Amino acid sequence: MNEEFDVIIIGGGITGAGTARDCAMRGLKVLLIERNDIADGATGRNHGLLHSGARYAVTDRESATECIEENMILRKIARHCVDETDGFFITLPEDDLAYQAKFVESCRAAGIRADIVDPKEAIALEPSVNPDLIGAVRVPDGSVDPFRLCSSNIMDAKLHGAKVLLYTEVTAFIIEQGVVKGVTVLDHKNGGRAEYRASVTVNAAGIWGHNIAALAGVNVGMFPAKGALLIFAHRVNGIVINRCRKPANADILVPGDTVCVIGTTSTRVPFEECDHMQVTPEEVDILLTEGAKLAPSLSHTRILRAYAGVRPLVSADNDPTGRNISRGIVCLDHETRDGLKGFITITGGKLMTYRLMAEQATDLVCRKLGVDKHCETAFTPLPGSEGGNLEEVSKSLWSNPLTLHKALVGRTGTRAAKVSLQQKEDQALVCECEEVTVGEVKAAVERLDVHNLVDLRRRTRVGMGTCQGGLCALRAAGILGEAQKCTAKAKDDLRQFLRERWKGMYPIAWGDTLRECEYMEWVYTQVLGLQKKEVK
Amino acid sequence: MTLQELTSSAHNFEECMKCTVCTAYCPVVPVNPRYPGPKQAGPDGERLRLKHPFFFDEALKYCLNCKRCEVACPSGVKVADIIQSARLKYSRQKPKLRDRMLASTDLMGSLASPFAPIVNPVLGLGVTKSILDGMMGIDRHRTFPKYASRTFESWFRRKASAAQAAFPRSVAYFHGCYVNYNFPDLGKDFVRVMNALGYGVRLLEKEQCCGVAMISNGMASAARKHASHNGKVLGKAASEGLKILTTSSTCTFTMRDEYGELLGIDTASYRDSLLMATRFIFSLVDSGTATLVFKPGYKARIAYHTPCHLEKLGWGVFSTSLLKMIPGVEFTMLGSNCCGIAGTYGFKKENYEASQAIGKPLFDEIKAVAPDFVACDCETCKWQIEMSAGIPVKNPVSILAEALDLEKTAEANRNA
Repeated sequence: MNEEFDVIIIGGGITGAGTARDCAMRGLKVLLIERNDIADGATGRNHGLLHSGARYAVTDRESATECIEENMILRKIARHCVDETDGFFITLPEDDLAYQAKFVESCRAAGIRADIVDPKEAIALEPSVNPDLIGAVRVPDGSVDPFRLCSSNIMDAKLHGAKVLLYTEVTAFIIEQGVVKGVTVLDHKNGGRAEYRASVTVNAAGIWGHNIAALAGVNVGMFPAKGALLIFAHRVNGIVINRCRKPANADILVPGDTVCVIGTTSTRVPFEECDHMQVTPEEVDILLTEGAKLAPSLSHTRILRAYAGVRPLVSADNDPTGRNISRGIVCLDHETRDGLKGFITITGGKLMTYRLMAEQATDLVCRKLGVDKHCETAFTPLPGSEGGNLEEVSKSLWSNPLTLHKALVGRTGTRAAKVSLQQKEDQALVCECEEVTVGEVKAAVERLDVHNLVDLRRRTRVGMGTCQGGLCALRAAGILGEAQKCTAKAKDDLRQFLRERWKGMYPIAWGDTLRECEYMEWVYTQVLGLQKKEVK
Repeated sequence: MTLQELTSSAHNFEECMKCTVCTAYCPVVPVNPRYPGPKQAGPDGERLRLKHPFFFDEALKYCLNCKRCEVACPSGVKVADIIQSARLKYSRQKPKLRDRMLASTDLMGSLASPFAPIVNPVLGLGVTKSILDGMMGIDRHRTFPKYASRTFESWFRRKASAAQAAFPRSVAYFHGCYVNYNFPDLGKDFVRVMNALGYGVRLLEKEQCCGVAMISNGMASAARKHASHNGKVLGKAASEGLKILTTSSTCTFTMRDEYGELLGIDTASYRDSLLMATRFIFSLVDSGTATLVFKPGYKARIAYHTPCHLEKLGWGVFSTSLLKMIPGVEFTMLGSNCCGIAGTYGFKKENYEASQAIGKPLFDEIKAVAPDFVACDCETCKWQIEMSAGIPVKNPVSILAEALDLEKTAEANRNA
């Protein structure tokens, strides 16, 4: 297979997805290649914090300004992915209250609204906050669903003609006379190999971009900084809670969708570990101890799972923690930097600034291609975000929306209209914790490049609720098996899915989570007779 | 590493393992497809509501608050409390005039009682029922319980109160609206039985309706007012060392458990002193403190129905044990089923069919057993069973009053 494109984007995380959308919207012929599924790396393994930029205001003005600008943009273009919760930066008795003045001043200088709130008022607004707080500053933080955001960008890229290949790994670059002409790939779904050619290739592979660059023969010194997080089973807080001090471990608690997330830690890890992240008992300890200082009720709230991601930081100095490195965007033109034409690396940055990263990368691609088109992503809503808020969209689609309708709108925005719920069966629930219907699962399988149950989870939240797949995985496997016409694969999928759920539950498997694990195991192995065989 | 000691949230919804046994036991689920079921309406829905109040589903009003889900739950999740709290907190539907009338048993009773001779026949008229059905949404099949022309309180003041001081020991009595306005005979039976056991009866200082119907009709602030008043008078009686006895399982359950769980009232001062009369009498007999002397020729075939709230309390056994002590009683324990009325729920036109469908297994069983009468500790179950199974229903305390030789019992306990 030989197909010509204007641009090949490597990486289906938020940076690659955003770049594919921007390029496609500017009329380029785009191919996106992802080794696994979308949002499989750092994109899907972070807080889901819609940074106001306040966290960086004191230490990194540039990042802070980028954050607040992108924050305001995402509220408009990604409405259905964003929850406008606001955030508090609290000062505890052990913190220096003098830092607050400096913090507020820095926020304002960066263009971030920062209002000092009386501690009593802060408790009234956010009852879960540590009642011992001595100071609070309110900032326009929020939460953003990274899976939804990534998926919407991919969807829009495709609507603009982009081609997307998932489970396809770049194995080599086609380099002719010092020019990158394309890539050869391995399709993990069927073992097939192919070549794709384009005038420009963009390396947007996050921490794996280090290896991609090496494959092209250039060096991008990256810094894998592991961050561990814990998900609690319900929203303890309605407003994001941060510590008003220099950024440190476990000092952000974000309410996201039906859960809340505490994080993170920051540890340098070797590259080999990036594909096999494990959360250690020490990390769980830090997260719990520090988390309870933000919201004491965390010490007796059920933990759903633990997970860790790798920040794709670009090495700048010898700081072993990675905290002092700028989270700034790094856009490398390898032609000027390394003399390798047709190759760009876009990295650094963060979820919050993905759109800006995409814009910078696309600008560079367009310059190389001689295309004179302006970026429109800052004001063009993503698919699903064209309408109003949850309530308005729900009521515009159904006169008397049920919980399942509301949950669907919460996940898909105005795209909910495209999900068929006419038949009684389509209204049946697959995932009861998150209210995901048969209709929504079918729509995802048909249209959103779902190859297995883990992919389905990233598109629909199936299995992300309290039961962690106990009730829904089997039902979803049934629908997927029917769509793919393969029961054996569906069974393997089911095993893999349950294994992946267990991986996140294992580090915090005590109390009710342990009971849930035992119950799940009993249901699947004893009642349903699923064999515990090794999964490739 | 440090493991968390316990994981809990308000009404411990996080202890839910999603086993769904609550939904399997819910009497509403099989008859009303619009009701999401206790798991989804309760612990599942709570997470969504915490995310955004817009996720509140008005279909939660179909919950009977029978608490059978809580009895079934192996994880101790207060499923029905979660549902009822959510209704009180999030529902935007204002109670209708009908709901307010049905819920204000206290007020309606005090208005109707003085005119009972007129009110009762009028309420029974076909034309009245049609009007109530068409204009108010109270189902035409329902008959309102008759109002008594003299309240229990007024009878007690005139005929009984003076004699109570003569007894060596005392108990307090929470009679509730039904005894006061509709069926003073049950209260009179209670006083006679307690007197025979050597206990004088005292009324509380102006008890108010327990408010259960206000809770179920979403009238949170009215319910809180009643609860806070009753909490005080119950607490006062308890502080004087009195046990406070009742003859209604729902009033008892509401004041003992719902006040704390749903209305945030501190019940510690009286919770352990508030008992069903049958539990108290059983403990007297069981410990040998009191003796029951039954009439020699008493004969009855009795089938016992456990009201849902009594099942939740776990106290049905005290009533049934007492009934089984009566010589000449042929006793049948009916299966564990909800009768479907759930207080004011079954009176509403929109719930009538579901209400009857829920109760059907119970009605069928009663008809098959064909007892002389059904025994039951709940007045609303009584109305439902009498209407739907056509068999009279008696409170166990009234049955005791009927079966006991009260004079000999009094004598036996005087000598003890």
